[in-house]
Amino acid sequence: MELSYFAIIIGAIFVNNVVLAQFLGICPFLGVSSKVDTSLGMGAAVTFVMALSSIVAWSIQEFILVPLGIEYMQTIVFILVIAALVQMVEIVLKKVSPSLYQALGIFLPLITTNCAVLGVAILMIQKEFNLLQSFTYSVSTALGFALALVIFAGLRERLELEDVPEAMKGIPVSLIVAAILAMAFMGFSGLV
Amino acid sequence: MNKLQIILSGIIKNNPTFVLVLGMCPTLGTTTSAINGMGMGVATMAVLIMSNLVISLIKNFIPDKVRIPAFIVVIASFVTIIQMLMQAYVPSLYASLGVFIPLIVVNCIILGRAEAFASKNGAIDSMLDGVGIGLGFTLSLTVIGAVREVLGSGAIFGYSLGISDYMPLVFVLAPGAFLVLGYLMVLFNKFVKK
Amino acid sequence: MKSTLFNMVAVLFTITLIASAGVGAVNMITAEPIAAAKALATKQAVSNVVPEFESEQISEQTIDDMPIKVYTAQKGDQIVGYAVESMTKNGFGGAIRMMVGFLPDGEIYNVNVLEQAETPGLGTKMCDEGNPLLSSIKNKNANELRFRVKKDGGELDALTAATISSRAYYDAVARAHQAFLVASGAKAVADGVSGATDEAQKGGENE
Repeated sequence: MELSYFAIIIGAIFVNNVVLAQFLGICPFLGVSSKVDTSLGMGAAVTFVMALSSIVAWSIQEFILVPLGIEYMQTIVFILVIAALVQMVEIVLKKVSPSLYQALGIFLPLITTNCAVLGVAILMIQKEFNLLQSFTYSVSTALGFALALVIFAGLRERLELEDVPEAMKGIPVSLIVAAILAMAFMGFSGLV
Repeated sequence: MNKLQIILSGIIKNNPTFVLVLGMCPTLGTTTSAINGMGMGVATMAVLIMSNLVISLIKNFIPDKVRIPAFIVVIASFVTIIQMLMQAYVPSLYASLGVFIPLIVVNCIILGRAEAFASKNGAIDSMLDGVGIGLGFTLSLTVIGAVREVLGSGAIFGYSLGISDYMPLVFVLAPGAFLVLGYLMVLFNKFVKK
Repeated sequence: MKSTLFNMVAVLFTITLIASAGVGAVNMITAEPIAAAKALATKQAVSNVVPEFESEQISEQTIDDMPIKVYTAQKGDQIVGYAVESMTKNGFGGAIRMMVGFLPDGEIYNVNVLEQAETPGLGTKMCDEGNPLLSSIKNKNANELRFRVKKDGGELDALTAATISSRAYYDAVARAHQAFLVASGAKAVADGVSGATDEAQKGGENE
């Protein structure tokens, strides 16, 4: 009995949401998510990078690292591949959509250090997924990331209008809002 | 800046968790207990000290355009080494920290310090900066872990306080991580920063 | 330092070379301790799930494409139990590996979860002493159990809010039981490991 694709998708988007349950990709989650538009852009960029990197990382693991018996080089190789991919996406985005490029600004290079991307690459190898499962898992995880980001941005846009105590301004109050959001997402557990 | 100041600034003024707000993923993900938080902090500190040292030594030989990739290779190597050492000598801690050990590579603290400090300062100062920031990170993680462990499972450093049945489990789960970090940050802002 | 194509390539190449050499060296040093640590963990897991024993024999089987190891624990000439290292891929957080101990008559002696990535505080309870999963099969004869949770029409308890983890747990135990049947049966006919593998695969198809 294999884990069905449906279970992978629902699991990665809602139940084990990458940000709210697995704590990966928190930096962009707190950094970019002050506006809904930017969050959507960031979400799209991450989805694209994750989809690409899952295919590349899986192939490298299967056809290079395992046959050579150097699985311990995994971390080094994966991070370099991801860094190169991000660079590529940056160049393409600059050409195709300058306005989006401007909006995402300094956060694009930060995808490299978005631990969600590397985390997903390592996790899918750990879970012994095949290529199609890995791809499904990566894309759903990225969609979960985008979902969390957009919901959170909506909440923060409202929050800006509120009178928050001095010591709680900025990150602390965001974290507490995130806690409530994480609690809401816990309602999904047991869904699959 | 004298040597002691470098270390102290990492703990209070430039505290990576509460002031710089860097490395949030392991901060939230591994602090289910005080001992896990501490283990993660120490592993990160080891990587930080070594990578700061090496980067400050080789900074003059690296062309500007490939600075970041070169740093990443150095950091990733040290992370892999730490990963193997932990697997060999503290397998149970390694198992409980899971995927967050290889993810030290993308901990913004390490690349951040390489870029902001080690690439501009000498070897000794860079190492001390690693010690300071590393201690600040370890302390913060241990405190967060301890608070979550006490509130969530009624224990501290694995010693049960005998009240576990009355404690809300939610503090060990995901929402508790955000909540505890958020409120600790409020306290830090209120009493330490001012 | 100013960037030229030559020095960029040269520097990156050198750094990567030195880094790989360093990592490779540490890998050589730690390979043995890592293997030793794993072997020790396995040994402890075996002695956790079967009564006291003196020597063990290892045989391997493949059930549903998953490798299953059976440790036959002996005291003198007497077989005191079978520790089966079983696994499932149906866990909430991926694969779960566990050691299931059977007495020679099929009674489940103890279960020890070796590896899991379930939700902390919910699915992870499967590792606790005396959790509902373990207590609903412990000291029962596996030959008389249907490995189904109540929600699926069986009679076994599940963990609160962790039905998937619970199903996966019983899935791995059921697989261990299959391997146990093969191993204890194969002993009698002295058929060896290869025959055992065939039989196991047949068992898998029947299900």
